[in-house]
Amino acid sequence: MNSMTHDPVAPLRREWQRHTPAQRISRWMVWLVCVAAVVWAVRSIDIIPEFLADAPEQMADMLVRMWPPDIAHYYPAVHNAMIETLHIATLGTVFCFVLAIPLALMAARNVCTIKPLNVLAQLGLVASRSVNSLVWALLFVAIFGPGAAAGVFAIAFRSVGFVGKLLAEALEETNPGPREALRAAGAPWGAELLKGVWPQVQPAFWGIALFRWDINVRESAVLGLVGAGGIGLVLDDAINFFQWERVATVLLAILVVVLLAEIVVTRIRARLI
Amino acid sequence: MSATMTAAHQGAPNGAALASATVLEIKGLVKEYSAGKPVLKGIDVAVPAEGITAIIGPSGTGKSTLIRCINRLVEPTSGSIRLHGAELTGLRGRNLRLARRRIGMVFQEYNLVERLTVMENVLSGRLGYVPLWRAWLRKYPEEDIQRAFMLLDAVGLPEHATRRADALSGGQRQRVGIARALMQRPEILLADEPTSSLDPRTAVEVLELLTRLTAAEGVPVIINIHNVDLAKRFARRIIGMSGGSVIFDGPPEELEQHHLRAIYGGEDWL
Repeated sequence: MNSMTHDPVAPLRREWQRHTPAQRISRWMVWLVCVAAVVWAVRSIDIIPEFLADAPEQMADMLVRMWPPDIAHYYPAVHNAMIETLHIATLGTVFCFVLAIPLALMAARNVCTIKPLNVLAQLGLVASRSVNSLVWALLFVAIFGPGAAAGVFAIAFRSVGFVGKLLAEALEETNPGPREALRAAGAPWGAELLKGVWPQVQPAFWGIALFRWDINVRESAVLGLVGAGGIGLVLDDAINFFQWERVATVLLAILVVVLLAEIVVTRIRARLI
Repeated sequence: MSATMTAAHQGAPNGAALASATVLEIKGLVKEYSAGKPVLKGIDVAVPAEGITAIIGPSGTGKSTLIRCINRLVEPTSGSIRLHGAELTGLRGRNLRLARRRIGMVFQEYNLVERLTVMENVLSGRLGYVPLWRAWLRKYPEEDIQRAFMLLDAVGLPEHATRRADALSGGQRQRVGIARALMQRPEILLADEPTSSLDPRTAVEVLELLTRLTAAEGVPVIINIHNVDLAKRFARRIIGMSGGSVIFDGPPEELEQHHLRAIYGGEDWL
């Protein structure tokens, strides 16, 4: 077409760029850092090539030894341990809510307007999350001795951070309008929360409760490895005695229970919303 | 009483002469959200004890702030607000709550609790009166329940009591909002742009309802409204605000083009 010199709208032309040069350089830097981190990680974990090479062989060998699963072993040993695992998950979830609700109310900046309390609650929630449930279990086994009680506390303390954070977020996302209306009607603080805030967070609350219970079923399955009760104990024994058919039975039982929990939770959650 | 009041407030908008017919008296009200930048620059208004008082003015001129200073959803910086002679500024805690339940409020966005039923939304107007355990167990006094039913009849939603608020249309929601405010048996009702989210016909219907019900219960109303025609049609008294000050205060008949020009600025739109 016309060359630029004869183009009458040339003075109106503007160049559009998505990023400024500074932004482009910083975006490249981010990529560079990512690649460097991966390279560094691979170099530092010292993968032994021989072990990596015969891994498929070892895996096949283990699977052969696991087959067929020792189904006869399921009842009563595995079954009872499985039931205990479910109890640990359920009690742990209930207990976690007892701790998480006050912390969430304290952490939500629209509910608790005292800044230091917000920070304190946030700190508590982060502390709970920063420790893995197995580590919590080790601590509580040291306190209560081995058994399901340690498992319940480990599950509860690990879940508090997760549940408290999500609840606090749900509280902060509530529409302030209804609360304002109740305040304008002279409602005291408790009534404002009960009738203006709780109905809004109720679906999130039950969603979080079910989701966490679902996670806790899976988490409590491994707590037995450190002596905190449940099916992990049976798994640990079977591995220690190289009874691979029994290991297979336990793994299958966990798989079935986790699948069932998933189905139940999804069904209930679909009805809640 | 109404005759003396209409006569009195025509000439002198903020004189002490109409104290007897005044429900709410605002004097020297100043609100600064950030220091040195007042949104309200010394408002003096005396609200008559009956009928609708409409506040008109451009967006951002402090109409909403003024109305919210009355029930202290917004904290006034200085000045005085008296309801039936009792000072409202400076009230704290329990006394503030007791004052608030004497003042009903209707909102632009209705502010209903969406997941509760219409009945419970109406009953929540009693939360300043009933103890918390009753609200929690939904054991409201029989008298309140009967009044809630009566108000639902009055706003034209008798068969919607058990529906959830989020199933209603905008006009229906605002009717519930009005019923909730009247549930308080307020001495005055504040309405902050109650029709701005509604279509023109529904807006008129809601204002007619508001006028009728508050007249029947003898509750004076202060209403913030964008629509000048609606203000003239429903209000007995109009307060024109611009730039944080009252620049017109009188009956709708006296509101003329030059007033509107002063309130909204420019004239191309007239």
